[in-house]
Amino acid sequence: MNNIEKNLLKQVADIEKTPMGAYNIRENGKGVARNTTANIDIVTKKDKPGIDIIIKPNTKNESVHIPVILTEGGLNDLVYNDFYIGENADVVIVAGCGIHNSTCDTAQHDGIHTFHLEKGAKIKYIEKHYGEGEGTGERILNPQTIINLGENASMEMESVQIKGVTSTIRETYANMQKGSSLVISERIMTTGKQTAKTIFDVNLDGEDSSVHVASRSVAEDDSVQEFISNVKGNTKCFGHVECDAIIMENGRVISDPKIEANNVDASLIHEAAIGKIAGEQLIKLMTLGLTEKEAEEQIINGFLK
Amino acid sequence: MLELQDICFSRDNKDILKNVNLKIDNEKMVVITGPNGSGKSTLAKIIMGIETPDSGKIIFDGKDITELSITERAKEGIGFAFQQPVRFKGLTVKDLIEISAGNSLKLCDACDVLADVGLCAQEYLNREVNSELSGGELKRIEIAMLAAKKSKLTIFDEPEAGIDLWSFNNLISVFEKMHDDIKGSIVIISHQERILNIADEIVLITNGTVGKHGPREEVLPQIFGKIKPCHKLENKERCNKGGTVNE
Repeated sequence: MNNIEKNLLKQVADIEKTPMGAYNIRENGKGVARNTTANIDIVTKKDKPGIDIIIKPNTKNESVHIPVILTEGGLNDLVYNDFYIGENADVVIVAGCGIHNSTCDTAQHDGIHTFHLEKGAKIKYIEKHYGEGEGTGERILNPQTIINLGENASMEMESVQIKGVTSTIRETYANMQKGSSLVISERIMTTGKQTAKTIFDVNLDGEDSSVHVASRSVAEDDSVQEFISNVKGNTKCFGHVECDAIIMENGRVISDPKIEANNVDASLIHEAAIGKIAGEQLIKLMTLGLTEKEAEEQIINGFLK
Repeated sequence: MLELQDICFSRDNKDILKNVNLKIDNEKMVVITGPNGSGKSTLAKIIMGIETPDSGKIIFDGKDITELSITERAKEGIGFAFQQPVRFKGLTVKDLIEISAGNSLKLCDACDVLADVGLCAQEYLNREVNSELSGGELKRIEIAMLAAKKSKLTIFDEPEAGIDLWSFNNLISVFEKMHDDIKGSIVIISHQERILNIADEIVLITNGTVGKHGPREEVLPQIFGKIKPCHKLENKERCNKGGTVNE
């Protein structure tokens, strides 16, 4: 593995050496490394590109890494990954995609991840997206996450777009059964003329199900971001969506929230705030000895942490 | 240490500071007091570089800092605690204390500065300085940041505001400890008699000018001598329906 590949893996999956536990590394549209464990199986799909990750019931303290890297331009990689998490399993799943494009052709990866969590299963899902490369070719990532949470299942999803992605449409759909819980934390940074669109569509169908979506984003230069959410409370449930954005230079952010209470016992909240960095925040950090630029960096880094 | 020479500042055709001349010596605890709107906070902001005077000079440690930026003044050794502390989504108490200290602070040192302001480090270090913190908690964190910064000159703009539930004794002991530890000068803008009582010197600002400046023993009786019914200068203002505190 060369340095470019190593760096991409480090950025998106924090992998420097062979990861512990189960893993599947995909490079330029092909699987290049795989490991399974007694409790976690990874099977190549026969009908379409992608893999099935099957985690046995009661599997605890194990992890699965399934990073994807693209180092060639002119590639459009579409992959379907399905996760079957057995009853009462408790695992960490690290995905993510990094693109290094040094060509003038587009490099694109569209990952469609579908999660099926059985009763009482619990996962932490970390997904990072990153782009780099001196080429003029676009770096496009369109992740789609479909979440099906069984009774009392819970999922914590951390979705981060670090930098360098020319355009992205990030869609997340969730269907939630009784007592299930979903916590999504999203961080997006766009610069230059990049665009990012996020869609959250959550159906709170099960009694006492709950969702919390917190999105923080920074749009710099001439970049444009759009945040669309639709949380439907169809029973006694709780939903909270929070969207905060910092705009800089000519950056634009459009927030289009929707909450839909279809039951008298549904409790839904949406909060959204968009604005530039407050002058008093910069002044405060400058009184501590930071330059204006350093203060700005601290504020942005903290905000996206 | 700090010398203000003929500082003038006006906004919207109103003279806020008029030829202010003031010297703050090394290692002094100086309390600046006076009625609301007399120009105290403006003066503090001018020293920090947050506001720019229309005319006059600011000399710090023998160096003309009038044209220096906020950052440069902070690096020269001036610190400033805001009257209304700023909230930061994402930055933690630990982040801000580390930035204040100018380096990666030892955990025990961060704990010490928080303990001094009555906060439990275990509970607060990793908390974001956001709207989940109360005004009182923010104020204490603000003071802790300045204790960590260890500036040659630290200015506190009405530190007592918003810490009603915290005893004044603690606040006062923080100032005294900072004064002893850092061996710098501390300038506190305050209306509180108990804070005036710990000053080496008191400066009375009225109508944008220095009305009185001298040792506490000398100035304090002149201020309070004629304000018997009220303990606070602010109350005196209310008693006089907005009148000044000229002795």
